[in-house]
Amino acid sequence: MNGSLSQNGGVSVEVRGLRRSFGAQEVLKGIDFTVKPGEVFVIMGPSGSGKSVLLRHIIGLEEPQAGEILINGKPIGSPEVMDNYRMAMVFQSGALLNSLTVGENVGLYLAEHGLKSPDEISQIVAEKLEAVGLKGTENKMPSELSGGMKKRVAIARALVIEPQLILYDEPTSELDPLSAVVIGEEIRDLNDRIHVTSLVVSHDRDLAFGVADRIAVINEGRIIAMGTPDEVKGNPDPLIRKFLHADFKRLNES
Amino acid sequence: MFENIGEMVVLFWRTLMAVPLAWRQRQKVFDQFFEIGNASLLMVCILSFFIGGVIALQTGPILVERGLASAVGGLVGISTCKELAPVMMSILIAGRIGSAMAAEIGSMRVYQEIDALRTMNINPIHYLVLPRMLAMAIALPLLVIFSILVSWLGGAMVSAANNRIDISFPAFFMNLREVVDLADVGNGLFKSFCFALVIGVVSCHQGLVTRGGPRGIGRSVTKAVVNSIVLIVLFDYILTRLLLK
Ligand SMILES: Nc1ncnc2c1ncn2[C@@H]1O[C@H](COP(=O)(O)OP(=O)(O)OP(=O)(O)O)[C@@H](O)[C@H]1O
Ligand SMILES: [Mg+2]
Repeated sequence: MNGSLSQNGGVSVEVRGLRRSFGAQEVLKGIDFTVKPGEVFVIMGPSGSGKSVLLRHIIGLEEPQAGEILINGKPIGSPEVMDNYRMAMVFQSGALLNSLTVGENVGLYLAEHGLKSPDEISQIVAEKLEAVGLKGTENKMPSELSGGMKKRVAIARALVIEPQLILYDEPTSELDPLSAVVIGEEIRDLNDRIHVTSLVVSHDRDLAFGVADRIAVINEGRIIAMGTPDEVKGNPDPLIRKFLHADFKRLNES
Repeated sequence: MFENIGEMVVLFWRTLMAVPLAWRQRQKVFDQFFEIGNASLLMVCILSFFIGGVIALQTGPILVERGLASAVGGLVGISTCKELAPVMMSILIAGRIGSAMAAEIGSMRVYQEIDALRTMNINPIHYLVLPRMLAMAIALPLLVIFSILVSWLGGAMVSAANNRIDISFPAFFMNLREVVDLADVGNGLFKSFCFALVIGVVSCHQGLVTRGGPRGIGRSVTKAVVNSIVLIVLFDYILTRLLLK
């Protein structure tokens, strides 16, 4: 299926006028942005602002109600995109298959598409698990893992695909600062090594400013700021100042 | 329940189209098959024995009183193999396995595991539905063969043991063989094959359309079992009518 693919390097993502409502509640109110190939693009924003819904649209799990999403200029969901580009998503909850072991979860893509022999698969699985700091956990069940470990297995599972576009939904939200740094480095490293395009949704300011080439801040279904980390930091908009500042305040209190 | 018939037909069609991929999924088919057998063999055994027994008990004394002792074996034989074994086993499997399928697929849906499969370009119909349907379609007829044999044994034992019936083993089976031919058994097996597809489609469909949290899963499980049973009984009438010589 995807075995014939040899082209590597990131793809571009173009989101134009994306709108989405659930019932009467309008969650995305016209989102426009473009991510260049090989870029690390971070989306920040308060809880409930529609970040996860946005990612679900970009990976093609939801149909846009208005607007369009283009991968290298082709609409997502078209056979060309599904068959020609490898994309992966790290879900906010991990979304590991609970009936499979960690090793089977990580190797699932290769096994199901018959891309590698079982020996090669177990070698790749071990390699990827080591990369996320979970060496030797192949035979554990997801229910035996902590939230943060699940998240890291989910990242390993996405890495196995060797994607050209990878979407992370809050990759560090359940991790301790040390593991968060490891994941942040892995995101950057992946970018330098295979030039994957990365879209990272995160509240974690350290991660965001650490890995981002560009940052977008989303609030109530609209992008209210977009630019390089320095541009966003220097943005005079009171809403953004408040959003960044609120984080500081909470840190100071604790 | 009937508003979903269209969706279920589509699901069935897509699964049918995926059958050529079955060989790649053989391990999962085998796992499911083993699970079905493992979970239900003992219950099938007990249920079938008593079904055969109770039919003999209900009809035996009346027939014997009227001098029709020679009809007991045939009556038990034909009623279990053409009707009771296929229908009762299908209902049992709907409750035992259909519910588990709906719950498993439903929780995979609720906890985004199916979304994760789709992002990996793995078709949930190939990965989840196909192996379950195939395993069901193979396992249920086999269980029904087993059930028919055990229910005959139950009928024969009750007929021999009950002093108001008092028909010996050889006499019971001699009469049974006169009345029941292979086509009758085939008839029952064909019906059970159809019921297996009904249970598979209904349960997998309910699993896939699960919404909400644990409550949604519970609702799907109940619907899967109830709708399966209603459809089994409906199909039973239709198939019986069509197969009537
Ligand atoms: N399937 C759905 N049905 C109805 N409403 C939904 C659905 N999915 C999301 N929503 C609503 O959309 C809004 C945005 O949800 P979303 O999960 O995208 O938030 P988020 O920005 O990812 O928040 P967080 O940072 O807490 O993860 C929420 O108000 C939520 O109630
Ligand atoms: Mg979210």
